[in-house]
Amino acid sequence: MKDNPMDKTARKDLLQVKNPITRNAIILALFAFVSTGLIAFTHLLTKDRISKEIELSLTRQISHIVPEKKYTNNVYQDCLLIEQPELLGTLKFQKVYRMRKNQQDYALMITNTAPDGYSGEIDLAVAISTLGEVLGVSILAHKETPGLGDKIDSNKSDWLKQFTGLSLTKYQEKDWKVNKDGGQFDALTGATITPRAVVKSVYKSLLYFDKQSNQLFNQSSDCYANIAK
Amino acid sequence: MPTSQNSLSNLTIIRNGLWDNNTALVQLLGLCPLLAVTGTLINGLGLGLATTFVLVGSNLTVSIIRHHIPKEIRIPIFVMLIASFVTNIQLLMNAYTYELYLVLGIFIPLIVTNCMIIGRAEAFASRNKPLPAFVDGVAQGVGFTLVLMVLGALRELIGQGTIFDGAHLLFGEWARELTIHFYLTEQKFLFAILPPGAFIGLGLLIAVKNQLQEG
Repeated sequence: MKDNPMDKTARKDLLQVKNPITRNAIILALFAFVSTGLIAFTHLLTKDRISKEIELSLTRQISHIVPEKKYTNNVYQDCLLIEQPELLGTLKFQKVYRMRKNQQDYALMITNTAPDGYSGEIDLAVAISTLGEVLGVSILAHKETPGLGDKIDSNKSDWLKQFTGLSLTKYQEKDWKVNKDGGQFDALTGATITPRAVVKSVYKSLLYFDKQSNQLFNQSSDCYANIAK
Repeated sequence: MPTSQNSLSNLTIIRNGLWDNNTALVQLLGLCPLLAVTGTLINGLGLGLATTFVLVGSNLTVSIIRHHIPKEIRIPIFVMLIASFVTNIQLLMNAYTYELYLVLGIFIPLIVTNCMIIGRAEAFASRNKPLPAFVDGVAQGVGFTLVLMVLGALRELIGQGTIFDGAHLLFGEWARELTIHFYLTEQKFLFAILPPGAFIGLGLLIAVKNQLQEG
């Protein structure tokens, strides 16, 4: 019975406390301390690296919709927190990233949330040039039905490409709808609710840009103000 | 008789993990992650690898400290060990294999909900020496991974007509070419992709295994 965890000598070796409840409590606390300590240690070890990876991944995401040659600033740092539930779709803060080439404003990337997807919220980002033209749209997160609504994802189909180059002057308000509702956008086979939500959200991003663009380019960055403290 | 397991040969342990006492097909443990992520072969493989990693680590640790754990509080200690393992792996993957983390990120916390890990800690690792516990972790993990892969492949093939879809997420850009399209379809067979398809697929796999064993 050498391997029995209740072995008397092993018990005695570990701690000389007589009361089994006290002894168990101490052992449990020790384990909690060590495992929490390990996590804290790993966290410290990986913290910087993780935030750097997140930054890199965002830069890569932006470069998918806006070519990197078009801007020279550090987009990840040049960022605003915006609270605009009506046009940006959520009570949480959205982010606006600013792209500039040699101090000259070039474009904004506005994160937006379509609250009315088929299975919940769809997070997306819309890049808009200073002229108010859509440079590209990227879906950041969604839970739409695989095989139907998930075609909005640029990995699955080219559906998102139809937004590129559009602006509020090119399409009137009535055009910013899927063709089933009398607008200009193709719906997806078997899914109408998803495209409808995305079209609406891109349109709202443009409206927001139209109202605020001057301010958005000139305000000083504040995305990481809280983290820095 | 717990001590009788000491005499198990490594070969028996491996056989148990892969076939005779397979986690997914016989013990029916870990169904939550199993059903949730086996939409494609690659997802299955990814979750299987992460689970195997955690299982081997927790088996080894539990086996090494098995003499120092009082019987009455072994379960909370196992839970703490496993949770700490999973969190550490999540942080490390987030830092050093970010692309893979983006794919598997949502599955990793699911490993905590996998009763197979605590099951092996309780049933095997706490009663055996580190080497057999290690072998058991590998064998059970690989057995689980294989079932995940087969189920993922079946659902992927029936649901969307491909195999190895998304391989580049796990292996890098070169693996994009690995995807095999068996048939192209506009309308996917949703039933296979959604969770009910996973239940029925697993049921069929168990039936096939039982048939093979009896035959």
